[in-house]
Amino acid sequence: MDSFQDIIFKLKKYWAERDCIIQEPYDVEVGAGTMTPETFLRVLGPRPYRVAYVQPSRRPADGRYGENPNRLYKHSQLQVILKPPPDDVIEQYLQSLEAIGIDLRKHDIKFEEDNWESPTLGAWGIGWQVMLDGLEITQFTYFQQCGGIDLDLVPAELTYGLERLTAFLQMRESVYDIAWSPSATYADVRFQDELQYSVYNFEMADVQALWTLFGIHEAEAARLLAAYPKAPDRKRFPLLPAYDQVLKCSNLFNTLDSRGAISVTERQGVIQRVRKLAVGVARAWVDQQNGQFEEAAQ
Amino acid sequence: MSLPFLLEIGAEEIPDWMIPGALESLGERFRGLGVPHAALRLDATPRRLVLRADGLAERQADAEERILGPAKTAPAKAVEGFARKQGVRLEDLRVESTPRGDYYTCIRKVEGRRTRDILAEALPGVIRGIDFPKTMYWTGKNGPRFIRPIRWIVALLGDQVVPFELAGVHSGAVTAGHRRLGAAAVPVSISDYERKLRENFVILSAEERRKKIEEGIRALRVTLKRDPALLETLVYLTECPTPILGEFDEQFLALPEEVRITVMRHHQKYFSAEGRHFVAVMNTNADPEGLVRRGNERVLRARFNDARFFWETDQKKKLSDRVPDLGHVTFQEKLGSYLEKTERVVELVRQLGGGEAALRAAWLAKCDLTTELVKEFTELQGVVGGLYARAQGEPEAVWQAIYDHYQPVSMEDSIPRNIAGQLVSIADRLDTLRGCFRVGLIPTGSRDPLALRRAAQGIVKIVVEGRHRLALQDLLGGDQQLAGFLEDRVRFYFREVRGFRYDEVNAAMAAGWNDLVDLEERLLRIQKIRPTPDFEPLAASFKRVKNILRQAEFRGGPALDNRLLETGPERELYEEMQRIAGLPIESVITSLRPKVDLFFDKVLVNAPDEKLRLNRLTLLHNLLAEFSTIADFSEIVTNS
Repeated sequence: MDSFQDIIFKLKKYWAERDCIIQEPYDVEVGAGTMTPETFLRVLGPRPYRVAYVQPSRRPADGRYGENPNRLYKHSQLQVILKPPPDDVIEQYLQSLEAIGIDLRKHDIKFEEDNWESPTLGAWGIGWQVMLDGLEITQFTYFQQCGGIDLDLVPAELTYGLERLTAFLQMRESVYDIAWSPSATYADVRFQDELQYSVYNFEMADVQALWTLFGIHEAEAARLLAAYPKAPDRKRFPLLPAYDQVLKCSNLFNTLDSRGAISVTERQGVIQRVRKLAVGVARAWVDQQNGQFEEAAQ
Repeated sequence: MSLPFLLEIGAEEIPDWMIPGALESLGERFRGLGVPHAALRLDATPRRLVLRADGLAERQADAEERILGPAKTAPAKAVEGFARKQGVRLEDLRVESTPRGDYYTCIRKVEGRRTRDILAEALPGVIRGIDFPKTMYWTGKNGPRFIRPIRWIVALLGDQVVPFELAGVHSGAVTAGHRRLGAAAVPVSISDYERKLRENFVILSAEERRKKIEEGIRALRVTLKRDPALLETLVYLTECPTPILGEFDEQFLALPEEVRITVMRHHQKYFSAEGRHFVAVMNTNADPEGLVRRGNERVLRARFNDARFFWETDQKKKLSDRVPDLGHVTFQEKLGSYLEKTERVVELVRQLGGGEAALRAAWLAKCDLTTELVKEFTELQGVVGGLYARAQGEPEAVWQAIYDHYQPVSMEDSIPRNIAGQLVSIADRLDTLRGCFRVGLIPTGSRDPLALRRAAQGIVKIVVEGRHRLALQDLLGGDQQLAGFLEDRVRFYFREVRGFRYDEVNAAMAAGWNDLVDLEERLLRIQKIRPTPDFEPLAASFKRVKNILRQAEFRGGPALDNRLLETGPERELYEEMQRIAGLPIESVITSLRPKVDLFFDKVLVNAPDEKLRLNRLTLLHNLLAEFSTIADFSEIVTNS
């Protein structure tokens, strides 16, 4: 039986053999693999790119104090970006499942419509949730827009839910029972994270402090974005650090949300604030990559 | 020679609900080409849209084209040039007279084009023109758009490929089988196409897939709730459907059935069977080791566990303690929070004469919007509130009212089962309508994002079927536009839902529609007397009366002076009116009709004597008024 880490090794190897760069997780908190610069910024512009990485994804509102067998504050996604995708991208994806030991002749695979959208990132795509014996194991998306920009090359994004896949393969009822390694369970590795972050996000996070932090990161991102068009040498301008600030805002927003600190009325407004920054970075990034600096980024 | 034609557009998995519409659109576009053909057949699976037609000609018919040349007066050189250019001899030119004078013309034979060439040219446009509610691009910016990437195209006319290219895909004679069970590349001809697909585990016909699912379910020997919508989804979600039976643990029977069914049906696309069984439909041919069954059971267990977690968490805070939280839930940006809405709805229920149960239900009705279970299963709003109210010991009248207050969701749906629920539902909808109309959120044409038509339609249905004697128009906050909107819904309800004839509805509504129960009673009466022999002639007479009064611009005047009545038909009509005053129309129609007829036969309304004339108009005016309380009979369309 393959452990959690074996499955990750195999998937990484599978995509490495198909000419993907294997990246390590991004080191700023994100809600989904899509948000890391490896996806959000790299899908922009005309340059082909292929990358795969595991991204721990934090969803404060989904935390359950380690008590729910299926819901996690922090789960792991394997994110694959194929820009542009090969014509047989679905076949390649299905073979990746066989590479981790799923005999698809004995199972039921369905592609059910599920279009992905991230209002905070100004991004959306068309695609499916891939269902394996009734279990959603992957989100498959053809990106259409990112940061409000139509994409030159349409990338395929494959997002594997690693815990679910592993629980399926190991036939475990609870994610905490899956074998992370031959000698350690998922609970051994992650239970404390689940418990403590749930306590923090739901009970102890200081709302005022989080709003203050939100304001600081927002201001820093905005300051950089305002400076970009006027920068004497845009090629060396720090847009990647600016984007980190946006990611910080996004995570703080999610934490505030799980803390119940954002009313429905306010919600839309805060999403717009983050979106504005994300879109600003995306535009500037395209400009910087193209080296066409005459058109000022917003 | 007559040829068959096959077009298969192979795509990545097309959303099930878009497929029937796409096929229809494909058929339309193809017919629009004007290429004559016999029978046409459309089929689809998630991965292919298929059009087959018989009886296409190899070549389209030859035609003649008349080409206008130089004028007869033109120099000979020009005429020779024209003939040379058209490739005809000079003596073959004809002279035709046109409105602008005489001109040389020549007739040129236009050879009918090869159908294959026409199709090769037109099919890319046909395919790209298929309507989808949403499309994508995949070959790069400004590339072609379709619902999902096109991966192969089969286009055959007889045994020849119709060659074209679309989105980098070249048409050919190779299809693809089922993703896992079939071959990836399957060469086909028109005659073996369907058989080859079948050998590769693709059932092309939706009808056949539907049958396979239904027969498969029968073989499982379980009783299912009929669910045509889910069946349709599964038909278009599979190429090789096979139902299997699954079971869940007894402990989950503690979850409300409504929640269980929603999880199974909406989230997992399972048919829910009696007891602890469910049926999943696989897109493969068998599950010999039971792996798929176990997988699905495991997923359902996890889903049920989640639901139970929400169910238990929500119970920690009573509905009644959640009312203040509604202040944080926006009803509509311009209309404030659900707390404000709740307060208004309670007030409306009071105005409607609601009792304690209705007022309590109105107060708690929206509280489930703050529960985790409704956040997870939004389609269960109302129902969940009702279930919690029951669990928390609210009286039956209250929890049922909360449970039902979104009903009816359609004209086929039933109205809330008790009076409290009916009143809350009416009040909730009235509040939404009044608020939206007040801030200008008014439906236009087909745009009705807030489903206000449905809301208004629901009010009408509840008021009528719940037999609520309300002065409906007094409840609209004096909004004339809303009154007009609601009037349309009343009309729609009695005509389309209840099947009354449109002129009967117009007639009855012209006599008022404030009290819909009364309106319904009047409509039933009209419907009943309409077939009686005297009715339509009398209605025709009323129309005449109305016209006379309108032409005379008579809107009532001095009281009738019976001394001015002429003996004979005029007085007889008057006396008949005196006799039947206050009697129901059903019992007087037979005796009244001959008097009216006779009156019009013998009496000149527009008498030269002005006093006489006015008195007669008054008589007719009174006659009309007497019978217009149940309907304006002049609205009845008669044959005479």
